[in-house]
Amino acid sequence: MPWSHLNDHAHDIGIIRRRLAVTLLGMLVLACGLISRLSYLQIFNHQHYTTLSKDNRLRLQAIPPSRGLIYDRNGMLLAENRPSFRLVLVPEQVKNLHATLTDLTRLVKLRPTDLERFQALLEQSPSFQEIPLKFELPEVEVARFAVNRQRFPGVEVKARLTRYYPQGEIAVHALGYVGRINERELGQADPTQYQPSSHIGKTGIERYYELLLHGTAGLEHQETSALGRIIRTLSHRAPTPGRDLYLTLDLRLQRIAENALGNHSGAVVALDPRNGEILALVSKPTYDPNLFVNGISLEDYKHLQTNRDKPLFNRSLRGQYPPGSTIKPFVGLAGLETGVRQAHDTIYCPGHFSLSGSSYRWYDWKRWGHGRMNFKQAIAQSCDVYFYKLAYDLGIDAIHDALARFGFGQSTGIDLNGELPGLLPSRRWKRRAKGEPWYPGETVITGIGQGFLLVTPLQLAYASALLANRGRPIVPHLGRASRAPGQNTLSPLPLPHPPRAALALKAPEHWERVKEAMVAVVNARHGTAHRVGEGANYVIAGKTGTAQVFGLDHAAEEHTGDNALSKHLHDHALFIAFAPISDPCIAIAVVVENGGSGGAVAGPIARQIMDAWLTG
Amino acid sequence: MRFNPTNSGVTTTQLSFIQRRLHVDLTLLTPLLLLSAFGLIVLYSAFGAQIDQVDKQLIRLGIAFGVLFTIAQIPPRQLRYWAPWFYGFSLLLLLSVLLFGTAGGGAKRWLDLGVARFQPSEMMKLALPMVLSAVLGARALPPHWGRLAISLLLIFVPAGIIAIEPDLGTALLVSLSGLSVLFLAGLAWWMIFTMIITVAASAPLLWFCFLHDYQRERVLTFLDPTRDPLGTGYHIIQSKIAIGSGGLYGKGWLNGTQAHLSFLPEQHTDFVFAVLAEEFGLIGVILLLALYFMVIARGLHIASHAQNNYGRLLAGNIVLTFFIYFFVNIGMVSGLLPVVGLPLPMISYGGTSMVTLLAAFGMLMSIHTHRRLWVS
Repeated sequence: MPWSHLNDHAHDIGIIRRRLAVTLLGMLVLACGLISRLSYLQIFNHQHYTTLSKDNRLRLQAIPPSRGLIYDRNGMLLAENRPSFRLVLVPEQVKNLHATLTDLTRLVKLRPTDLERFQALLEQSPSFQEIPLKFELPEVEVARFAVNRQRFPGVEVKARLTRYYPQGEIAVHALGYVGRINERELGQADPTQYQPSSHIGKTGIERYYELLLHGTAGLEHQETSALGRIIRTLSHRAPTPGRDLYLTLDLRLQRIAENALGNHSGAVVALDPRNGEILALVSKPTYDPNLFVNGISLEDYKHLQTNRDKPLFNRSLRGQYPPGSTIKPFVGLAGLETGVRQAHDTIYCPGHFSLSGSSYRWYDWKRWGHGRMNFKQAIAQSCDVYFYKLAYDLGIDAIHDALARFGFGQSTGIDLNGELPGLLPSRRWKRRAKGEPWYPGETVITGIGQGFLLVTPLQLAYASALLANRGRPIVPHLGRASRAPGQNTLSPLPLPHPPRAALALKAPEHWERVKEAMVAVVNARHGTAHRVGEGANYVIAGKTGTAQVFGLDHAAEEHTGDNALSKHLHDHALFIAFAPISDPCIAIAVVVENGGSGGAVAGPIARQIMDAWLTG
Repeated sequence: MRFNPTNSGVTTTQLSFIQRRLHVDLTLLTPLLLLSAFGLIVLYSAFGAQIDQVDKQLIRLGIAFGVLFTIAQIPPRQLRYWAPWFYGFSLLLLLSVLLFGTAGGGAKRWLDLGVARFQPSEMMKLALPMVLSAVLGARALPPHWGRLAISLLLIFVPAGIIAIEPDLGTALLVSLSGLSVLFLAGLAWWMIFTMIITVAASAPLLWFCFLHDYQRERVLTFLDPTRDPLGTGYHIIQSKIAIGSGGLYGKGWLNGTQAHLSFLPEQHTDFVFAVLAEEFGLIGVILLLALYFMVIARGLHIASHAQNNYGRLLAGNIVLTFFIYFFVNIGMVSGLLPVVGLPLPMISYGGTSMVTLLAAFGMLMSIHTHRRLWVS
């Protein structure tokens, strides 16, 4: 019995030991499986997981650079950065939130909306993240809080630089404004430089010279926890501030030009014909760019959008007007250059013009006629018949070519975005655009700047400058020089594009013929703008223009009130000028929408500006 | 066993003084202490270099080792005698959890004793192998139908209760641990394969009828962690990143970025292995496995040298269960197995599992040091 028991015993031991051996084998195999799995993760895929681990914890934080300032040609500040203060609270540093908020309301005015936003953010944000309590803190409150600051641990006033335009509405159409970057801009911009919260130049100089003004963002390598708390900063590269910009604009002249235009809608462009520097660029009405910097309120924007005078519309580059009689010096010059007219040839003006074989009459503005007119008289008195006939004799294609030499129908290439080219019609253009042949009558009215012809105020000013400087190539521009932050030396800005070829006449004395005629406009007894030249101690050359508003659609809209109707159907008053005649240093184009007569309305505005520039 | 000096069918080993008097097996204790030390080092880092949590764990370790020494003093005979009572008591507690238990994370697992909450399923992890070893060890091996049926009943009643709680992971582990006793007892291979095939065949039924949504979700997320990268899959993705970025040598102690910047979930409990692997690399992992296998080797030695079937089965089962625990935990953290709530033995923060584990090792020492060597 004991033996059998012992045999059983040995038998059982055998069974268990065999099973233990199988177990050990199984465990070793499984352990090898574990080790190969871990080797797979830790050796073969080590690089992959290291990258993932870094992506997990490392964050690149761009530090926005401070934007370059913008000055006028004399160093007057046009755009600057101002600190804007906001009150923030870090929840984890505040012991008693409720008491702190109650105490704070005694120092700082907190509106219910501020508190609502704060509560909403408080619930969403991790406790180490600062939560804004109030934006745009007035300085009084900043000071009041600063005195009591030690009572509020965890509450701070944070300053941030925001763009500010100290001149307000002055020169807004040249300067433009910055605003928060939008999705499309962000997609196009350099991602290392811009973040969703960045500001970017939206229009005007701010947009055109964005790269220069923006500077280079700094970079901070941060190690963050899973919740986004910054553990430490691994590296820091300071941002490089943007370059300061000096414009060719003269703030004083700009202000005078804007005041001179008064409440009229319209545009003024004044430039230096010697080098193309824009001295004043006015488009009226204007608006306050500061509204746009931190996001314009819906109400304000709607107000600007629905305003029938379209304040946001930059008339100086985008307003396309019929030039009216201001085109006559250029058409006249084409007559001289092509030999179709000599300066001393005279035309009889009976007050109307007809094509042979047609009874249709184009009338002169002076219904009873000017009588016999030579070149100089025709320009000085703005005789329409002279130019009807001249245009007809030239033909539309010769007019087109001659006007194209002065830049009509094409952008001047100024350093601003959105410039429109106007419209310089030709046979080819009409065939292409309208699918119609050119009619001789259309040539006739092109001679007095009506019909299809459209020009922008900038084009007019540029063409006048070419008359003033005898066709020397210039490029209208606003950017004059830039300055690296913290330095004194100005480095000139390159022109926005290389100038076109010089405008050479076959007979250079034709320049003198045109100038004489334009001087007569302002100074001769019968000149259409003879009052404009009165009492000036320098000699002005100019040309008036009155462009008919083809406003049948307007008329249809406005049949309710006669006054409103008539106001909007008033002719546009135009005036181009340059002075002094001996060595012109300013060329001007003025367009006053619905202003009536060019000589009476637009001329005096130009005179005020020239006075300010030449004698002021 | 009776005194029989003529029998030498079993190899004898000399018991040292410490083994004889203090009932402590140094060869088993040494790797356990080394593992505890390693665990404290890893936990110190997992807690962001804060000593107070490590102090708590140190106290727990002290208690757990106290339990180990106490149990080691109790002769296996006594343990065998208590086994049915202990098993019955554990079963009662499990039932009361179902009735009065407190819910935690969607499942009733805890029994609130006023001073502490504890999981009776932990107790069952000890009680089940004890009673199975007693039942199966009392007769010749392999077990016959009657005992087999009793054993299966003993296994699946508590496992079923735990599954209802529901704590499927623990139910699975308890069954596995129980079945391992049957395996060691020499259950015929054809039966083993039949069981495996039956389970595999009934898996779809289990899937559609018995699994809770969150459990199904866990399995699905295990199969494809990117399914839910911010939810359940986040754990696995982040722990794989931690392990993989550790590389061969690791990022160094206290330098694990995944752990310290709280990307890792449960980094002191179930996912502590990821911290270890991130900071100590594959070298550290191999060191850990080496220590585990020192324990296993000693355990297997004890099992094969135990004096009776009860001791052999219990010791073998303790070793096997220990292996299953760390294998499942590491497999889960490294993305080989689905996520089940299971701590890494000897390393993870927490008291109950540590006490259970060291109590089991106490039994192992008891089995080894209470041998009467003249029979061996």
